[in-house]
Amino acid sequence: MAPYPCACDHLGVSSQQLVEEENATPEVFADRRLRRSGSHKIAGGVAGGLAEHLNVPVIWVRAGFTLLTAIGFIGPLAYVLLWMFAAQAPPEEQTSQMDAKERQQGIALLALGVGLFIVITTLSGSLASWFIVPTTVGIGGAALVWREADEAQRRKWRDGARTGVTGFFGEGSAKARLRLIVGVLLVCGGVGLFLFQQVSPALVPPVLIAILATLVGVGVITVPWWLRLVRDLDDERRARIRDQEREEIAAHLHDSVLQTLALIQKQAENPREVVKLARGQERQLRTWLYGPTGYGRGRAAAAEANEAAETPVSGGTLHEAIAVACGEIEDSFDVSVEQVVVGDCPMDVRLTALVQAAREAIVNSAKHSGVGEVSVYAEIEPDTVTVFVRDRGKGFDPDQVPDDRHGLADSIRGRMDRHGGKVRLRTSPGEGTEVQLEMPRKKEAKA
Amino acid sequence: MTTPEQEDRKPVRVFLVDDHALFRAGVRAELAAHGEDVEVVGEAGSVGEAVAGIEHHRPDVVLLDVHMPDGGGAEVLRRVRPANPAVVFLALSVSDAAEDVIAVIRGGARGYVTKTISSQELAKSVRRVAEGDAVFSPRLAGFVLDAFSERPGAAPIADPELDLLTPREREVLRLLARGYAYKEIASELFISVKTVETHVSSVLRKTQLSNRYELSRWATDRRLV
Repeated sequence: MAPYPCACDHLGVSSQQLVEEENATPEVFADRRLRRSGSHKIAGGVAGGLAEHLNVPVIWVRAGFTLLTAIGFIGPLAYVLLWMFAAQAPPEEQTSQMDAKERQQGIALLALGVGLFIVITTLSGSLASWFIVPTTVGIGGAALVWREADEAQRRKWRDGARTGVTGFFGEGSAKARLRLIVGVLLVCGGVGLFLFQQVSPALVPPVLIAILATLVGVGVITVPWWLRLVRDLDDERRARIRDQEREEIAAHLHDSVLQTLALIQKQAENPREVVKLARGQERQLRTWLYGPTGYGRGRAAAAEANEAAETPVSGGTLHEAIAVACGEIEDSFDVSVEQVVVGDCPMDVRLTALVQAAREAIVNSAKHSGVGEVSVYAEIEPDTVTVFVRDRGKGFDPDQVPDDRHGLADSIRGRMDRHGGKVRLRTSPGEGTEVQLEMPRKKEAKA
Repeated sequence: MTTPEQEDRKPVRVFLVDDHALFRAGVRAELAAHGEDVEVVGEAGSVGEAVAGIEHHRPDVVLLDVHMPDGGGAEVLRRVRPANPAVVFLALSVSDAAEDVIAVIRGGARGYVTKTISSQELAKSVRRVAEGDAVFSPRLAGFVLDAFSERPGAAPIADPELDLLTPREREVLRLLARGYAYKEIASELFISVKTVETHVSSVLRKTQLSNRYELSRWATDRRLV
């Protein structure tokens, strides 16, 4: 006669259980869903998955299916249903491989089940052959189709591609497609056989028409639903892509601009350092936005550029090489280098020499011109590449350069001469300096 | 440096269009130092504001940002130019994308300068476009050269009579791209500064006229943008 304590007690226990269950959720429930096994499989991996799910040996499950098959063909039915509704376990969960013995055992059990079923039905006469043959044919076909679907899913996992239905039908090999077609034919054949045996031949056309009409009707009725499904999927995908982009941009800004701004705040009393940081950051961001592999160039261009980068022959392009050289000099000599490049081409040995010579010329300008700006203009023509390095600084008299200065003679002139290039120098005191570098291009690069 | 007749001139009335208020404030402050040359009469931070502001103020020169939401500088040009042919536009951009810049040039801007330009140069450029000349930065000269140059693998030119630059124009553009000032180009080629300006203006006109084939798409084909 004391309901309250009892209720309290009961309540207490249950809530405690609840808490326990909640705590246990991550470990226990994450793996509780039935998944078809990819490794322990003969047809669909249902038995293997079920065995893992129930934590019993596979052989018991297979024996169970065999027994169910013997009793009125329930086993295959259950098997097919489980196949349809249980998801395939992803490849990373598949640990052990099935050995030949296990496979033989499974196939033997399958044969035993079918044999038992035939014997029992024949002896009892409970089911006529009209039922068995079409059903077997139909189930066999269904098995083929579903197996192909599994394969397609596995391929999707392997390639990591989001191909969907098109991948399902379009990607497989000719053999896989053949299997799929055979499967579909078998299913149709099974259904057809069943129909023909059940219905008198005269009734077949009207029945077929009725079935067709029903299918079309269902299709028409559900069109809005299908459309909505497709649209929802589309919206969802678009939203996800947008989110990813946003995250990518946020991550990039965090890694680059914010860090630099923080550094600039700290260095505020050191204007040279601030200018250097800002310049480096600007260049980096510019490359990210507009560069050949940059974010703003669109996915296709980026993919194309990635492909180009992967081919071992082209080790970058002239445009990139010049940009890199200018950037390095900007950072180390505290000048701003304005570069204009017309055209582009892949790098080779000569062009590497050209870029090195140009780099030396820019360094000279940065060191000796006394101004903070250097212009670099490169023009890539079908047979020559020309680079102009120019400053508006002090300039000098070429005849007055002491013999012990090697920069121009060795690093620029020597380098260009060795590779068949030409150097011209235009300078005079007070007029600034311009170094013109000309390098012929390899002929085969033209074709 | 200023000659007597230059001192007589009224300051050029400038309207600023840029979606960054901070940048507008910076340009305004920088141009204030050249008060006798240029006077900022108004500013706008969006395409709509810009259209209304330009209609209202009727400036001599609009300093136009290339990259803005709602269509950018090209959209402002499209909406303002037909009704106000007297207003001159000068693109002022931080963008490295040839497509953006060339779209604005083709929309009718009279020149293009980068945002790193010094205030003195900017004032001079404003003055120059106000007087009817074109202003090219080395970078724009590079873009145009690239779009007009004939290189293997490039798309063939659809309209040869219209679009090829004359050798002289090409030469001028090359020198521009190499960082030469108009005066330096003139002495280099033994022509007058006025002739240089004529060449540059005709390049600009060709660029603007070349909408019979898609210059910007062409630039894209060449992986310029």
